[in-house]
Amino acid sequence: MTTTAIPMPSLSHRAKRWISRNLIRIYAGLAFIYLFIPVAYTFAFSFNDAGKSNLIWQGFTLDNWKNPCGAPQVCSAVVNSLQIGILSTVAATILGTMIAFALGRHKFKGRSTTNLLIFLPMATPEVVLGASLLAMFLNLRISPGFWTIVIAHVMFCISFVVVTVKARIASLDPRLEQAAMDLYANERETFRYVTLPLVMPGIAGAALLAFSLSFDDFIITNFNSGIVSTFPKFVWVSSARGIPPEANVIGSAMFFIALIIVIVGQVVSRQRKKS
Amino acid sequence: MANQKVSQDTGDLVLNRISKFYGDFKAVDDLSLTVPDGSFFALLGPSGCGKTTTLRMIAGLEEPSQGTIHIGDTDITTQKPYRRNVNTVFQNYALFPHLTIFENVAFGLRRRGIKDVKTEVDKALALVELGHLAERKPGQLSGGQQQRIAVARAIVNRPEVLLLDEPLGALDLKLRRQMQIELKRIQMEVGITFIHVTHDQEEAMTMADTIAVMNQGKIEQMGSATDLYEAPRTAFVANFLGQCNLIKAKVQSRAGGKAVVTAKGHTFEIPLSRVSTENDSILLGVRPEKLRLDDKGVNSIKDCVVTDRSFVGTSTQYLVRTPWDLELVVFEQNDEGLHDLHVGDKVSLEWDPEHTFGLDGAQDVNAGADLDDEE
Repeated sequence: MTTTAIPMPSLSHRAKRWISRNLIRIYAGLAFIYLFIPVAYTFAFSFNDAGKSNLIWQGFTLDNWKNPCGAPQVCSAVVNSLQIGILSTVAATILGTMIAFALGRHKFKGRSTTNLLIFLPMATPEVVLGASLLAMFLNLRISPGFWTIVIAHVMFCISFVVVTVKARIASLDPRLEQAAMDLYANERETFRYVTLPLVMPGIAGAALLAFSLSFDDFIITNFNSGIVSTFPKFVWVSSARGIPPEANVIGSAMFFIALIIVIVGQVVSRQRKKS
Repeated sequence: MANQKVSQDTGDLVLNRISKFYGDFKAVDDLSLTVPDGSFFALLGPSGCGKTTTLRMIAGLEEPSQGTIHIGDTDITTQKPYRRNVNTVFQNYALFPHLTIFENVAFGLRRRGIKDVKTEVDKALALVELGHLAERKPGQLSGGQQQRIAVARAIVNRPEVLLLDEPLGALDLKLRRQMQIELKRIQMEVGITFIHVTHDQEEAMTMADTIAVMNQGKIEQMGSATDLYEAPRTAFVANFLGQCNLIKAKVQSRAGGKAVVTAKGHTFEIPLSRVSTENDSILLGVRPEKLRLDDKGVNSIKDCVVTDRSFVGTSTQYLVRTPWDLELVVFEQNDEGLHDLHVGDKVSLEWDPEHTFGLDGAQDVNAGADLDDEE
């Protein structure tokens, strides 16, 4: 028998060291798996050769992707959702940005009250908002449909736009606008050439947020849509009978479009920083 | 054509009895000032003295509560900032982060409807020696470079008055020294009136032809750096510009071009031209480097004790206590005549009457002392 001067660390000791070194990576990996399992599931089942129900794996097919409008009414629902999303995003972004400038830049009577009231729709449960909007529309003898959905969506999107844009305005150095005025730019030119370009990232972010909130909304929409179908409503209604795989195709496509937008945005901003 | 929206006549900048109130607080208090065309003028004072408010009123970013501001014959008191031919170099430079350096410098020219901006912008960038950075964004520049761009962006418009609001405050000491010389050079080259706001007395003395020392919304004294240093007229100015020894004294006689004063049994002489008060109770002032560790002169104090000594390279600074327990500061040049004194050594002090000045004795002896390090 020979004895070594330095004993080899035991196997369990080495395993412990490896774990303690990589703990943060393991944890992050688990968190990502948790986050992306539903997306992966949706994506995988978009290739399911489903007959009636898309709950059980029945074989691989590309048919769903070749014809995403295959299920009855799915594409008209998506078109409705896109139209509503775009209309309410434009309206909410314009109104919300104007409110944000008023709140962020001007002192007027009732400003702090307005600041508080703007938060209320965000704090109110959606079921309550949806139900009372419906009651209001019915009392005004407006039958629920496409435009009531748009009105409802603009309403709850405005708060988010105001909060996002106001944060951007608050972080804007007022001396930049003073410098513009000092350099012969009148009020309108100062806004056009300095204020607006600097607040723009905030407005763009707010618009994206508004669109995704509108596209995604089910509760308020369900109350105020009448017979008009949107994508979330379509999924909800069809879930009773079994969600068609086309819905998975559209859901996955939305996810990848969003992913591509984010990646392109990152690449562009990185290149801009480099140059 | 497009230039006509900006007033064009040149001349002296005249502030006539302007005040600025914020509620009960008087930021600027009945201030009158004439800045000659083409001069390098400094507004010097501690933070909160009203110098920045004054500058902002000249720029048009604040409106005076009272009084008028003229450039030449034009009343600009209530003119919008973009209508007056005045440009500002802001304290934090305020470069537009979304525009390139070229577009930053071209901003004022474009707003005035000038089509061909390239030659002017290139010239301005060449003046600050940063032509090679034209296509960068401000965020990619160092503090010193941003500072120069801010100057170029203002100067390219050929304003009648250029305002500089603590423009060197954010730079480190070495860069600040360099930029002081640079700004002085640029001012001589373009010949525009510069008004430089600063709390740094050394900076003001290095750069400006004329310095106005401000305190609590008023001008304490105005003059060249030498005037202010050698013949201050208030305790605030004496203490704020460099260090100063002030001794409470009583005037015994004013005759033969000199005032004879006494303090604690010692008699001193001051040339009458250097006494800025009719009051008999005065503050006798003398700068630390004018004091000598000797006992031959007309003005001398015997039986003093060294209480502190510190070596600062070019000189040795002593704290010396007089027989009546007043501590005086003495700077002694580190040359061949050096006395190598230590704490506890007995010494005498003497100084020339022509290096003495007399101030109104009703003032606080410590006014303005230790203020310049703030901010």
